[in-house]
Amino acid sequence: MGEQESGLSKLLLSPDANDIREWLHKNKSMVLKDKVMSESEAVRTFIHEGCYVATELYGSVRAPMSLCREIVRQGFKDLSLAGQGVMETEHLISGGCVKRIELTYQGWEVYGISNVLRRAAEGGQVTISEWSNASLAWRLKAAAMGIPFIPTRSMLGTDTFKYSGAKTIVCPFTGQKLVALPASPVDVGVIHVHRADQYGNCQIDGITGFAWELARASKRLIISCEEIIPTDEIRKYPDRTIIPWFLVDAVVHAPFGSYPGEMCYYYERDKQHIKDYIDQTETEEGAQAYLQKWVTGPKSHAEFLELVGAEKMDGLRKAVLGR
Amino acid sequence: MEYKSNELLICIASRQMEDGTSAFIGTGIPMLAAALAKRMHAPNLIPLFEFGGVGGTLEVLPLGVGDSKTFYKAFAALGICDLMETAQRGLVDYGFLGGAQIDMYGNLNSTVIGPQQKPKVRLPGSGGANDIGSSCWKTIAVMQHTARRFVPAVDFVTTAGYLTGPGAREAAGLAPNSGPYRVVSNLALMGYDEETKRMKLLATNPGVTVQQVVENTGFELIIPEKVGINEPPTDKELTLLRNEIDPGRLYI
Repeated sequence: MGEQESGLSKLLLSPDANDIREWLHKNKSMVLKDKVMSESEAVRTFIHEGCYVATELYGSVRAPMSLCREIVRQGFKDLSLAGQGVMETEHLISGGCVKRIELTYQGWEVYGISNVLRRAAEGGQVTISEWSNASLAWRLKAAAMGIPFIPTRSMLGTDTFKYSGAKTIVCPFTGQKLVALPASPVDVGVIHVHRADQYGNCQIDGITGFAWELARASKRLIISCEEIIPTDEIRKYPDRTIIPWFLVDAVVHAPFGSYPGEMCYYYERDKQHIKDYIDQTETEEGAQAYLQKWVTGPKSHAEFLELVGAEKMDGLRKAVLGR
Repeated sequence: MEYKSNELLICIASRQMEDGTSAFIGTGIPMLAAALAKRMHAPNLIPLFEFGGVGGTLEVLPLGVGDSKTFYKAFAALGICDLMETAQRGLVDYGFLGGAQIDMYGNLNSTVIGPQQKPKVRLPGSGGANDIGSSCWKTIAVMQHTARRFVPAVDFVTTAGYLTGPGAREAAGLAPNSGPYRVVSNLALMGYDEETKRMKLLATNPGVTVQQVVENTGFELIIPEKVGINEPPTDKELTLLRNEIDPGRLYI
């Protein structure tokens, strides 16, 4: 079994569970208060230079696109990022907001690799550590559990482990070798949901990705939602509350907040917009031109939606797959 | 019927899927292959998608592993931890993987060409691949077959195959009796030698010679005495693919 092995990458967050307990005890509470605010206020209040941001789900599916566009608009330059993304994280990279990424996947699936990540990584603008999808999610789970690490068999024996910040341990019961994944208590979690009430009780339709884990691992949590619903509706279906209010710091109303990505049962993705965007990102100039037109051009999500146009949104609503 | 190279790849991959088993499906060819298998020989194949889709019908082709089509009429819409833990517990039979490079032990690279800190080409990264390769019982890689992709040593081991050979997975701490099972390429179907854990040729695709496979493989491939020949796509397979599975020609 031999000695402990350590991944080469420096952790961006301390997994110390005592520190987190103290912080949460001091800063979070179960007091019910109206947390509805604009995306501009939410981002300005809870995101600061140097902090670690994680988004959920990803890219073209229930992604917090409107909040990511706002982060770019506010001109951040020195964020750390949990890298599980497609378009939303590309915007943060293209916008020059990100210096460090704990990466699992940044790509376009069917449409291929990410031009934006390629330029940033090959040009040395970002430092990257490697993780797997489950590892990033389990790191959040460890933070959610209030423990400093969680054991897994993922990443064993690979360079993904070598370039992570994990360590190997020997199981005290079986003597077997495992990977100890450090808890990831992120500074700010950013999640887009179908419905929330003014206090931050959230409902998600369809798959839940890693929303459960990220919500509980986040010191500050910004929620954007398609609809703000009355608390009576929440109380009628308490079994649907996947993120309860006391985890949430801000609720931002963002209809079509995942556009050009999809939101299951609400609207289909805009395939043409995504395709055109990827073509444009082949050059840095193209990527910047896109940001200017669609991200920093509009001053708010409302202005962004004007640019998209009601007709387009109607079409995507109608194109959605039913149940 | 005439067919294209990727249609053949989809059909051969589809035939590896077994009825009544579960399989992690990745974006692209595995999705089409699973959709085809469900309509052909494996109606009870349970497709799993890492962000939470379980047992969808694949009536409509997904564009990504979190797409709403991955859980259309599914048995369950769960989350990533739940599904990856299901695999870690030993309940997932197959995992489909891809990558930019593969070596003779089935180790896969989808992270970087060149050094990690000074990349020549930065690739997307592991995503769920490492987890699937660590935890599924059998993994099937789907690859384009060139000497630049079938390499003596991958630049970066994103996902564990048999690592450095017999016993290496277990020594690293991975579960016994798990690991690479098949490689489906546009030229051939490969498996692994039980003793040496090295990749071996099982069957060539129609019109492809053993010599061509060898020339396009950058490491020494085991060539057994008997090498099979894969059947070309049938009319039924092609008709399903073109008319039902991918009528919008997103992939084919």
